[in-house]
Amino acid sequence: MRKVLLATGMSAMAVFAAGSATANDELNKMSQNPAEWVMPTGDYANTRYSKLKQITAANVGKLQVAWTFSTGVLRGHEGGPLIIGNTMYVHTPFPNKVYALDLSNESKIIWSYEPKQDPNVIPVMCCDTVNRGLAYADGKIFLHQADDKLVALNAKDGKVEWTAVNGDPSKGQTGTSAPMVVKDKVLVGTSGGEFGVQCSMTAYNIKDGKQAWKAYSEGPDDQILVDPEKTTALGKPVGKDSSLKTWEGDQWKIGGGCTWGWLAYDPSLNLVYYGSGNPSTWNPKQRPGDNKWSMTIFARNPDNGMAKWVYQMTPHDEWDYDGVNEMILTDQSIDGKPRKLLTHFDRNGLGYTLDRADGELLVAQKYDPKVNWTSGVDMNKNSPTYGRPKVLDEYSTDKQGEDHNNKGICPAALGSKDEQPAAYSPDTQLFYVPTNHVCMDYEPFKVSYTAGQPYVGATLSMYPPPGETHMGNFIAWDGKTGKIVWSNKEQFSVWSGALATAGGVVFYGTLEGYLKAVDAKTGKELYKFKTPSGIIGNVTTYEHAGKQYIAVLSGVGGWAGIGLAAGLTDPTAGLGAVGGYAALTNYTALGGALTVFALPQQ
Amino acid sequence: MRIICLVAAATILVAAGGIAFADGSGDPAAVKSEDGKYLDKEGNPTYKIQADGTVDWYTYSGYRRYHSECHVCHGPDGMGSSYAPALKDSLKTMSYGDFLAVVASGRKNVTTSQENVMPAFGDNPNVACYLDDIYVYLRARADDALGRVRPAKHDEKSKAYTDAEKSCMGH
Repeated sequence: MRKVLLATGMSAMAVFAAGSATANDELNKMSQNPAEWVMPTGDYANTRYSKLKQITAANVGKLQVAWTFSTGVLRGHEGGPLIIGNTMYVHTPFPNKVYALDLSNESKIIWSYEPKQDPNVIPVMCCDTVNRGLAYADGKIFLHQADDKLVALNAKDGKVEWTAVNGDPSKGQTGTSAPMVVKDKVLVGTSGGEFGVQCSMTAYNIKDGKQAWKAYSEGPDDQILVDPEKTTALGKPVGKDSSLKTWEGDQWKIGGGCTWGWLAYDPSLNLVYYGSGNPSTWNPKQRPGDNKWSMTIFARNPDNGMAKWVYQMTPHDEWDYDGVNEMILTDQSIDGKPRKLLTHFDRNGLGYTLDRADGELLVAQKYDPKVNWTSGVDMNKNSPTYGRPKVLDEYSTDKQGEDHNNKGICPAALGSKDEQPAAYSPDTQLFYVPTNHVCMDYEPFKVSYTAGQPYVGATLSMYPPPGETHMGNFIAWDGKTGKIVWSNKEQFSVWSGALATAGGVVFYGTLEGYLKAVDAKTGKELYKFKTPSGIIGNVTTYEHAGKQYIAVLSGVGGWAGIGLAAGLTDPTAGLGAVGGYAALTNYTALGGALTVFALPQQ
Repeated sequence: MRIICLVAAATILVAAGGIAFADGSGDPAAVKSEDGKYLDKEGNPTYKIQADGTVDWYTYSGYRRYHSECHVCHGPDGMGSSYAPALKDSLKTMSYGDFLAVVASGRKNVTTSQENVMPAFGDNPNVACYLDDIYVYLRARADDALGRVRPAKHDEKSKAYTDAEKSCMGH
């Protein structure tokens, strides 16, 4: 069975290996094997779908805990482990430990690694000291440390092979994102949108850690790696100084646009995809213009970083709706025509489907019915505002101005979805999306920039939509039409990455700490188990010695650990039902643990 | 200059201990006001909340500044997060002087079980220019004088405050 899959994998490989003989052919081959989980996103297309089907909708109810592992670290555990051959690699938040566990030997620790990092990096990390995972290629494990260093470890013994300095934490640049290996390079983003960092995506040679290219999100054309004639936005060349023209003076130098989300890669088009985050500051009055290319989907050539196309989802952000969420690459038919698609669930509450070859916008629809800041995206190609969201004045924090408290904006700054990745099943052709169901009041005011200090400039308060009793939904979404197929209520925001499987089961975690399994077709809950702490990690599956396992990191924290820890507001304030305001601290406490599930022995 | 102010504040504080208030700076009752800023009998800044809920300018301004600069770690309304203490509770025992010192210089609490680090905000005008505002707001929260709500009504900003803010923020 595995041989058959490998053979299929290799023929697919041969197609794109022709372009460049690369150091990581091994990785391409491995990613076709469902027994392993060789990159944080599962595959280059970011589907988080596994062909494994030992665990099915019929038997998942019998799932049991097979083994557990404490990471020894508290605080928020995002991402999930890698499984390479017989070894599982587990990462932690700061201090960014890495453990190699021997799956053939009762998960004994083969080696562990803990970098020495200055604890002063901790407070310059917005929203907890999370890390979203490791990358593997060419016998190396790549770790993006909190201090924005990228380290290559020998996968066999954990020894440091090289270290690359990606950014300066004393300026507020930090590392939280998972790297992705593409051909002979490893790509890594940076965090720091609340510290006025000019953020970038950077590629390093996996062999020696030498920088191959760096593409900023804003700045002059030679820094953002766009070709004024050849790089397009919605089918038209972006023109000269496409970013500079949209900032006042040299504000782009502290412009944010950070790149802390997930990467995707299409080998046949030779394009990598990722999104950029909020422009700094959160006070929109202080930075007039569209602030390009913050809040943008980038399609870049991984060899030299040049942008093929860009699409700015939220020009001149007024709500902190970062555009960093994952890009999921699928091949589906729209109007009977097979298309190469990119689907993205943005913080701004819109689910976008684009043609990933040229960036044509096909669908932009709300994936939470409560989204209210926009009446929708202009889909008329002949309109001067084509592709732009129509912003309602009453929810425009720019129009209402500084020192005005804008009430009832949905979604809240944490978005209808944050970094927690969705999954896609080719069997159902549905996306499974973990969402936040939270609104906010937002009051911008003037702030000063000091290097390495927070540069925020808005006061926020968040709460569930008025009259609602829950703060999250787990939904199934049809990306071709932009419609919700089913929606399960969750008491808290769903801050865990989903997993879809060929067994017809979809898995996700909840902030109370449940691992849940639901029917891919109907959303019916089939199984749940309460793990040691709240789950903000992503669910993973692998096969070892003929058995399918489901693995997930627990460890409550992240942004979810801030607002929800004590409950969003006073339950007696009378704004809504008590259930919707419950404190997460009544359900779970800190703790970093991996829980691994399997079916019982027959 | 800022450091000198901190030292002065800390010495005033010595006299304040031992009173039966769950307030690290003692009796919060306002005994006088200067340009919209209320002071307790020890001369520490304090809040003034009227029967109809109208709060003094510092409490209101502190609410805003707290929810911009502090809440990303310390949680909404001073309630704490999964990794930073609830300042609503901290100020029940922390004095005004200690509060100023920690905000200005930061604090490290790194042990085998936790890695909590607070940065120094002494050089950040968005915080340093509003130290008293944030303190007064949190003092009101610690004393349960103000609930988990945005203050609905507040005193106007005084001219003296506006001038001081402009010169501190440099714009």
